Amino acid sequence: MLSSLASVLFDGFAYGMLLFLLSVGLSVTLGMMNFVNLAHCSFAMVGGYVTVHLASRLGWPFLATLPVAFLAAALVSIVLERLLYRRLYRASDLDQCLFTIGIVFISIATYAWFYSTEQQSVRVPGWLTGTHRIGGLTFANYRVFLVVVGLAITALLILFLERTRFGAQVRAAVDNQRMARGLGIDVDRAFMLTFALGGGLAGLGGALSIQIVGLDPTFALSYLVYVLIVVAVGGLGSIGGSFAAAVVLGISDMAGKYYFPWLGAFLIYLVMVALLMWRPAGLFGKR
Amino acid sequence: MLSTRNLNKSFGSLVVAQDIALELPKGVRYALIGPNGAGKTTLINLLTGMLRPDSGEITLSGGDITSLPPYARVRKGLVRTFQINTLFPQLTALESVTLAVLERERNAHNWWRRLASFDAAAEEAHGILRSLRLADGAHRTTRELAYGQQRLLEIALALATRPRVLLLDEPAAGVPKEESHELFTVISNLSSELTVLFIEHDMDVVFRFASRIIVMVGGRILVQGTPDEVAADRTVREVYLGKTHARAA
Amino acid sequence: MANASAHFVAQARWRPLEFVFWACTLLPFFVTPSYLSLASQIAITALFALSLDLILGYAGIVSLGHAAFFGVGAYTAGLIAKHYWTEPLSALALAGLAAGVAGYATSHIIVRFRHLALIMLTMGFGLLLAEAANSASDLTGGADGLQGFHVPGVLGFKFDMFGRTAYGYSLVALFLCFLVARRIIHSPFGLALRGIRENATRMPAIGAPSRAHLRKAYTIAAVVAGVAGGVLTQTTSTVSLEVLSFSRSADVLVILILGGAGRLYGGIVGAIIYMVARDQFSGANPQYWYFWIGVMLVAVVMFLPNGILGGLSALHKKSQ
Repeated sequence: MLSSLASVLFDGFAYGMLLFLLSVGLSVTLGMMNFVNLAHCSFAMVGGYVTVHLASRLGWPFLATLPVAFLAAALVSIVLERLLYRRLYRASDLDQCLFTIGIVFISIATYAWFYSTEQQSVRVPGWLTGTHRIGGLTFANYRVFLVVVGLAITALLILFLERTRFGAQVRAAVDNQRMARGLGIDVDRAFMLTFALGGGLAGLGGALSIQIVGLDPTFALSYLVYVLIVVAVGGLGSIGGSFAAAVVLGISDMAGKYYFPWLGAFLIYLVMVALLMWRPAGLFGKR
Repeated sequence: MLSTRNLNKSFGSLVVAQDIALELPKGVRYALIGPNGAGKTTLINLLTGMLRPDSGEITLSGGDITSLPPYARVRKGLVRTFQINTLFPQLTALESVTLAVLERERNAHNWWRRLASFDAAAEEAHGILRSLRLADGAHRTTRELAYGQQRLLEIALALATRPRVLLLDEPAAGVPKEESHELFTVISNLSSELTVLFIEHDMDVVFRFASRIIVMVGGRILVQGTPDEVAADRTVREVYLGKTHARAA
Repeated sequence: MANASAHFVAQARWRPLEFVFWACTLLPFFVTPSYLSLASQIAITALFALSLDLILGYAGIVSLGHAAFFGVGAYTAGLIAKHYWTEPLSALALAGLAAGVAGYATSHIIVRFRHLALIMLTMGFGLLLAEAANSASDLTGGADGLQGFHVPGVLGFKFDMFGRTAYGYSLVALFLCFLVARRIIHSPFGLALRGIRENATRMPAIGAPSRAHLRKAYTIAAVVAGVAGGVLTQTTSTVSLEVLSFSRSADVLVILILGGAGRLYGGIVGAIIYMVARDQFSGANPQYWYFWIGVMLVAVVMFLPNGILGGLSALHKKSQ
């Protein structure tokens, strides 16, 4: 009884780390520029497919593909931002939604063309598969890996934001863009680099999630819902909020699937609706 | 007519309204002045219900309106205009004012009758536009009107609700000096039954059109009185009016 | 001096092009009789898009969950046909009513929110309902859908495999609801909705009970969506979970934007173009379809922000 509870909590937490990686970039860029980028999960897909290509088709070791996935997704983010997105910063919410959904559709079709619609998988090193027993509880190695990576990245992000000058500029720009510009902060550059970082993290998340949820071209749309939930519930522009929301949602989803399988995804949606009604600006949102 | 006591509002450690006590008798023309950030627009937001006070009461014609939502206060006659044009960009001037008239008459919920059959409302709207010399722009969309005309439309919308108390937030904001005089003449020619409080920065206009001045600084009311009293007040002179004006008074 | 309300009279007048349009809707009977079932689908989708226009184009509520009401109407009509009676008109009325009740209930929550929270809530409610319908398979048939009923016809006309009656039924439903929508838009309430869309802050400042207005609009939109869903069920004698799906909500949004929101005919125009194109191009490979839809969305936002009708109207103004 207790061991299943512990396992649900742990698996949920691991899943939450994945959701966090996928969502944190969107939360920060939404909070910073109020730009609704629904194509965020396409960046995740870029990372995922890069890993698939390198590992399954070119034989690279799994871990080596991860930084490349990050960089590729970051690069795609920058290109998209410079060429297309910057024209739409003043457009309405609806227009931004529609435009970026268009990008999503194009990306889905493109990946389907090159990689077919089949589920993809990658081979992970032996020590990442299997389980470990600690104190009577069983932990899946890969999930432990996810938790470690997730926490490490969270720590790095917080260090970056709190300790570096660029991080301070990002925080200022998220808090009050006009004021930040007035202080001479190059908000556009800060935004571009933050966008790249967020996209890169999504790419990393996409690569890491292959082992847990698989990968096919519809990933960009199916996980969008979860990412939006994390962002809306966590509060725009808040890393802590995204973390909390991702964990809550990850655990709710696992708990739902384990204890109330007949509810399906109902629980997650119900939690989201309830949380949004209680705190429309998100748990840690500023507006 | 409109009064408030003990009005307080803070955002965390930022106090935007402190112990505000105000009384506006019927038919007066009062001016609310103060440096930027003094809390003048915040006060209007508190009085109209757009902002919830932390404490205090607001009374209109003897009735407590503190817990009423903004639209209900408008229905009781407490109306404001906005410092930044808050208009309906794609509606024509006539449509905008007609809408305000229809809302006042409680006819806006009607989805079965044709708009065209509400002759009286349209005529009244047109009359209001004419009285503000906006009749030419009646069929132009708000977006297409000149800035000065848009400021007048702000007032037209307020007038269409048949207010008893009118709070004007910098009605001449951004309007060149020659036109602002005209605008204020319009305001002073409004019904003597109407109570008007206007926020203004142009001291000439304030001293000319207001019977009483309220000075706000840092969320508190510094001083209230007739224009002469306020001009003579030492603290006001130092804090706000500046040396030239103080010398002239 | 001209009568002030002459402007409103002129606005509400029927344009000659409108008569031409509606006359053309009769063409499929004679010119393309083999495509009547597609025409039916188009009419139903157009009706659904029209219902979304009432809240999106006129009141400014962005909803990513409007299929919820379409689905409620569809399942209500299906359940009545399966368990009670197969007369369609009365069932359709009940379908609209059920959807209206659902709309009224959710409207109380919806109107309290704006921006991202609003979009997410509409999406959340839609997803919740879809999940609930999936789970309640005793009632809804779950993933298999509602089966085992047949609506023979309406007012003596049989629903046959040629689709004539189906198209006639759908078209009449579309036209009647269109007339109602037209009436609403040219009424004081329609003006109030446009006011909310144009400047939601100003409305309470002129004494408008915005939330009450929005609840009313949302409810009416739900009724019309429910009617569209009911017609779909009755003309096809099936209901599946797809009617409640997120993709149906997203599709109708795309259709409305493509045609042009806030222009009354935008949903209809969008539905025609979208569904004809999909029928012609999606054939073997649905991927290509998504690619072109993506390109179209990007193009519409960048070059035709008011949809096709907006673009045409801008061209028209330029040429004058």
